[in-house]
Order: sequence, then structure tokens, then C-alpha cells
Amino acid sequence: MEQDTIQEKVPTPLAVSVSPHIRSGESVEKIMWTVVVCLLPPLVLSIFIFGIQTLIITAISVASCVATEAISQKLLHRPITIKDGSAVITGLLLAYIIPPGVPYWMPILGAVMAIYVAKHLLGGIGFNIFNPALIGRAFLVATFPVAMTSAWLPPIKHGSVFQYMGSGVDAVSTATPLFILKHYGIAGVIEKFGSLHSIYSSFFVGWRPGCIGETSALLLLLGGGYLLYKRYITWHIPVSMIASIALLTWIFGGERVFTGNPLLAILSGGVMLGALFMATDYVTSPSQPTGKILFGIGAGALTVLIRLKGGYPEGVCYAILLMNPLTPAFEQWFGPKRFAPPKGAMK
Amino acid sequence: MPKPLLTFPKGGVHPPEFKELTEKLPIEQGPVPKELDILLVQHFGAPCKPLVKKKAEVKEGDLIGKVEAGLGANIHSSATGIVKNVGKAPHPVSVTAPAVTIQVDSEAQAPSYEPKDWTSLSREELLAAVKKAGIVGIGGAGFPTHVKLSPPSEAKVDTLILNGAECEPYLTTDHRLMLEHSREIIEGAKIILTILGINTCHIGIEANKMDAVEAMERAIAEANLNGFKIQLDPLQVKYPQGSEKQLIQSITGRKVPGFGLPFDVGVIVQNVGTTKAIYDAVVFSKPLYEKVITISGRGINRPANLLVRIGTRISDIVQYLGGVKPNLAKVVLGGPMMGFAVPSLEVPITKTTSGILFLTEDEIDTNPYGQCIRCGWCLDACPMGLSPNEIGIYVEAGRAEDTSQFGVFECFECGCCAFVCPAKRPLVQFIRLAKSKAKK
Repeated sequence: MEQDTIQEKVPTPLAVSVSPHIRSGESVEKIMWTVVVCLLPPLVLSIFIFGIQTLIITAISVASCVATEAISQKLLHRPITIKDGSAVITGLLLAYIIPPGVPYWMPILGAVMAIYVAKHLLGGIGFNIFNPALIGRAFLVATFPVAMTSAWLPPIKHGSVFQYMGSGVDAVSTATPLFILKHYGIAGVIEKFGSLHSIYSSFFVGWRPGCIGETSALLLLLGGGYLLYKRYITWHIPVSMIASIALLTWIFGGERVFTGNPLLAILSGGVMLGALFMATDYVTSPSQPTGKILFGIGAGALTVLIRLKGGYPEGVCYAILLMNPLTPAFEQWFGPKRFAPPKGAMK
Repeated sequence: MPKPLLTFPKGGVHPPEFKELTEKLPIEQGPVPKELDILLVQHFGAPCKPLVKKKAEVKEGDLIGKVEAGLGANIHSSATGIVKNVGKAPHPVSVTAPAVTIQVDSEAQAPSYEPKDWTSLSREELLAAVKKAGIVGIGGAGFPTHVKLSPPSEAKVDTLILNGAECEPYLTTDHRLMLEHSREIIEGAKIILTILGINTCHIGIEANKMDAVEAMERAIAEANLNGFKIQLDPLQVKYPQGSEKQLIQSITGRKVPGFGLPFDVGVIVQNVGTTKAIYDAVVFSKPLYEKVITISGRGINRPANLLVRIGTRISDIVQYLGGVKPNLAKVVLGGPMMGFAVPSLEVPITKTTSGILFLTEDEIDTNPYGQCIRCGWCLDACPMGLSPNEIGIYVEAGRAEDTSQFGVFECFECGCCAFVCPAKRPLVQFIRLAKSKAKK
């Protein structure tokens, strides 16, 4: 190799920055888009369970979220970061937690509330207190209570995925398992959906009335399992939340104590989606093990409280929203263990 | 029989090692350049005052800088020649610094150093030899060794630890020193034990250099230990395993308290390279003016482990190794996790330079950074249990004064936090800024 003289051979100015000069290969984009991929299988299945409009509603929700983010950031004079994939996740999650029979314009309003108000007006990613998708849903429930609590569709048994298109909500409306459980008890559930044995298997796969992306425990667990494998989420929040719901339902959910049905509790409503994908949101949940477990237990306990004593048949959405504001406190109270803090140091 | 590898319990990261670029290359004599820039600040403490003037003749090994008051170490000429200038030279951290520039006489004969029997010397004489030779911690911290080996009498030191971890990626100087000079290092350990008046020594070596472990084991077996106990402790490969506090915890379980020093828990730590320099100083009366450094990275034509004279400019080393590649993007003095990026190749080598990395575009990360997404990975990675995420957010919000609650003064800037951050936030830079402003 020819002798290169130094001055000539250093072509551009050398990069100078503070150490470290190497990074792990992870990035925000990589994390977010991996979560998006893990969330797609429930969408695909929901097309076959509830029909093609789940895809349309989801597409509208994602597009609205991304557009709202770009517009919000422009209006707030901030750099536009839609490429990182976080607005896409909010769009997917927002669609997954609304009924499949809602009008197509509804997710647009939810998106504006979730992205503009709950995320960017509160400071943008990293600074929002509440889970944006859940705020979007809570807003829609408060503003359009009828549609949001009755636009259910019965799972498709025969026929094409286009069969529900064009029909009004009333024509084919049905009720969710949790609604029936709340008003008619477990006997009502068995009467409507079949024996407990067949309920467990059909609910596990996802064949039950419910929100667009919440019904398939199987696919949600697979997606969540991959995120666990990649160490993008840890077991603490999902396990503590699901276990608390199961335990507290077993104790308090039946006619007498210890007669509740824990398996039905965790296979119904938004437990799997909430525990694996909403409660584990980095920004709005604690980052250390103790805080995570308390957060999960709190969310689980509030879910059961709302389900058994509150007005709604399902409580996951509000339970997580109520735990979100405790996150900054948990971060401070249950921070990392210091190596050997000097005497008299704060904390 | 495989002993379980020791390590520290909290934090740490696993960067890719890249040691294969140089770990099999034996130590090679580096170039003797036409000019040397010997910086007058090469250690922790006060800068040296020059003892020579322009046009003076100096011989290789002559004393040319001395500290007038305060903490410091002697500085010697790395070659025979004439003092061209007493002025300034580029410095990796403070841009420029006082230095003595020497025009080297390449025809001059090297001085001869005859070995002597050190066991006949008293503790005071041994320590004086270390001080005279200008030995400082050449692993990177540059703390004057004669001061480190005179801990206060209240400190009940009972253990010496030799640091052979070399946890930074790319660097292989300690690895090669342990392979090729194991006997001298063990002998140096005995000298240090004699100075300290103790008899227990542990040598920590990361498990990615088992050949070095074996070489040191052989040297211990062959040495005349004379009541000294020298034990090898293979360590788990994890960054920052070689960090003093983490090393002490891994080997002895003791935790050096915040703002404290190793002697607070009865331990003294020395890098294996410094130990060999101590051996050279005591046995050969040779001052510290040359050291082994690793030149690596994909941006240099020929990676190597070179024995270079202190004061050699990077440009002379580049020329000796055949030049740089066209896609060179960054030049780092030290390792990639804690080293200093330099803007030009005119920066000279100092006693604390451990390596020069020539990194290409794809070896570094130039992505812009985003907002903290509160993933908490930095909290898991920090070996000191601090909160780099909060410090970064506070600094960005203009509240750097309030960051001491997050442990900013306990941070030794290992870089684990910024390494794992998915938002590529320059956390070490935020922390350095916070340190200058935070109320203690």
C-alpha cells in the first residue's frame, strides 16, 4: 500500500465528540417498529373474526395518528419524528381498543385527542403522563357512549369478511362476555357462548365479541412473548397485572368468596392487550422492578374494582390511566440501587 | 478446573470486543520520530515546570520536568537530542498544553540499563526509585504512583490488586504485556508488596485472555514468592470490569464508598503496565518514557501493538504503519467507551495513552439524538446505580444545578448509559456539563 502522507489522507474533518464512540445497535425506531410488527397478527385475525372493517378502521386510525403528529409537531415548532413509529403504535392500539362497528370517522377524533392533546401538548414523547391511546379511547367513551359500548359485532361463523359492511350498528349488535357476566352472571355467559370448556378455547384464540385487537389472547401472547425475548419489555408488569386480576377475581368475582372464575377474567375484555402492550409503555410506566410490580398490581386491582363495583363491565382502560400518574413517584421512590452513596447524599 | 468467573453484580454492558484485530500481534518496536512533543501535564495533579531551555542538549532518560508544589510526577526525555522549543503542543483534552519539543538525534546510542538486585533495597529506597522514574498510573488515570503507594497510616491496606482486565474493546496492550513480560510483572508485584508491607496480591484478568492467564500462572509458579501470596482471579468479560471500584468489588466483595478511595477498604490497585514500569524503574533505574499502546480500528492500514516513545505524534505512528484508509471517520485516544476523540493527528502520545483507534464510518454512530423515551435501560446499565436519564433531562431543561440528587458526582463517565441509549442521547456529555454546574 502506498505511503499516504497524513495531511492529504485525512479527507474530511475528523468527527470529534464526547465518549462513548460506539453504541449498541438498538434505536427508538427499531423498538417501535418491532412492536408494530408484533401487533399485526391480531389485526389479521380480526379481519376474519369481525370482517374487513377492522382493517379500514385501523388504517384510518393509524393514518390519523401519523398525520396529527406531523401537524402537531409543525404547529409546535418541533422536529417531525413520525419516522420513529411511535404514532403508528398509538394508531394501532387506539383502533384495537374500540368496537368493530363504530363509524369510520370516530377513530379520527380519538387520534387527535390521543396524539395532539395527550402526547404533544403534554411535551411530546417522553413527557406525556398518560398513555395516549387510552386517553383517545376514554375521550371517545365519554363523548360517544352509545357507540363505544354497543357497536359490537358477533364473530363471523360463515360467509365472507365483507358481510358486515354497509349494515348499521343496530342490525347486528351483540354483547361482550364481560357485559353478560356483569348483568347475568357466569350462567348467562355459559348460556350465550357455550360450555366453559369451549369458551376457554374459543376466547383464547379470539373468537368472541370485543374490541378490534383485544380478543386473541394467543396472538397477543405471541407478540408480547417476542418483545420479552428481545428484552424490550420485562415480565414484571404483565405478570403482576394478569396475576392480580386472576387472583382478585377468584376471591371476589363470584357469588361467594373464592368462587370467581380467574381464567375467564383474564381471557375477557382488554386484559392481555392492556397488560402486554399498554401498561408496558416505557414513558408512562415505571422502569425499575419494584415500581413495575406495584404498577401491575395497582392496575390489576383497579381493573377488578371497576369490573365488580363500577358502572362499566370492563376496567382495564381506566385502571391503567389511573396508575399512569403514579409513575414519576414510583421512579423516584423505587429508583436503582446506588453502588455506595457517600454519607449524607440525597436519596 | 474452571473456577466461576468473578464479576460485579449491578450494571455493565457487553460491547463487541474487536480484540482479534491485534491480540495475536506481538509487541513491536515503534518508530523513533524526528521530533517529540513531551507534554508537561501527563498525570493527575499539578503541571510540571520545564527544567530545560531552548537549544539545550538532552539525553534519553534525562529529567526535563518537575512539579514545584503539589501532586505530580517527574517527566523525562524520551530520546537523545536538542530542545527545539519550550512552548505549547496539542493536547487531547485541553486543546493545547505546555510542552517541551525535542529534535531527536537518530544516530545517538541508546543508554544501557543494567539490572540490579532489588531485594537488597529498603522500602524507602524502592519508593524513591518509583518517584524518581516518574511512574504514574498508565492504565489511564495517571495518578502519581509513589503517592498511591504511600497511603495514609490510618488506612489499613491488606490487599494489592493488579488490574489485567483491559475491558475496553480494541485494546490489547495489557494482554500482550502479560503474555510477553509476565515474569517482570510478577516481580513488580513483589516490589509493590514490599513497599506496602503486605503479602497478599490478586491479579484480575478478563476471561477473553485465557492465554494471558496461563502465562501469568506459569510466572507465579516459577517466581520465588518468599512468603508472598499471589492469586489469579479470572473475571467475567463485561465492561467496565477494569474500573477500579467494580474490580475491587468483583475480587474482594468490598465497596469503595462514594468520594472515597480504594485504601478506604484496605485495597491498592495497580495496572499491570504500571507494575512493569515499576519493575523497570527499580531493577534497571529506567525512567518511564516509553510504553506499549494498541493501534487498531478499520481505518488504519496496519493495526499493531507498538512500544512507542512518549511524545511521539500520532502522525508519525500513522506513517510508520502505512497510512490511514480513505473511510476514516474518527481518531480516538484510548478505548471506544471512554477515550478522547482528537481533531488532528498532531496530538502526541502521553504516559496515559493506552491506544489509538482509527474508526471508520460504520464503526461509529453519527445518528442525531432524540428525546428520552424513559425506557430505563441506562438505569440498568449504570454500574454505580445512578440516573443518567434524569440528569440528561434536567440539563436540557436548564436545571443542571439540581442534578446531584441523581448521583452525578459519583459518575466516572464509563459510557455504559450512552452506549445502551436507544435515543442516542449524549448522556456522558450531559453528565460532564452537569458536573460543572451542579451544587454538591
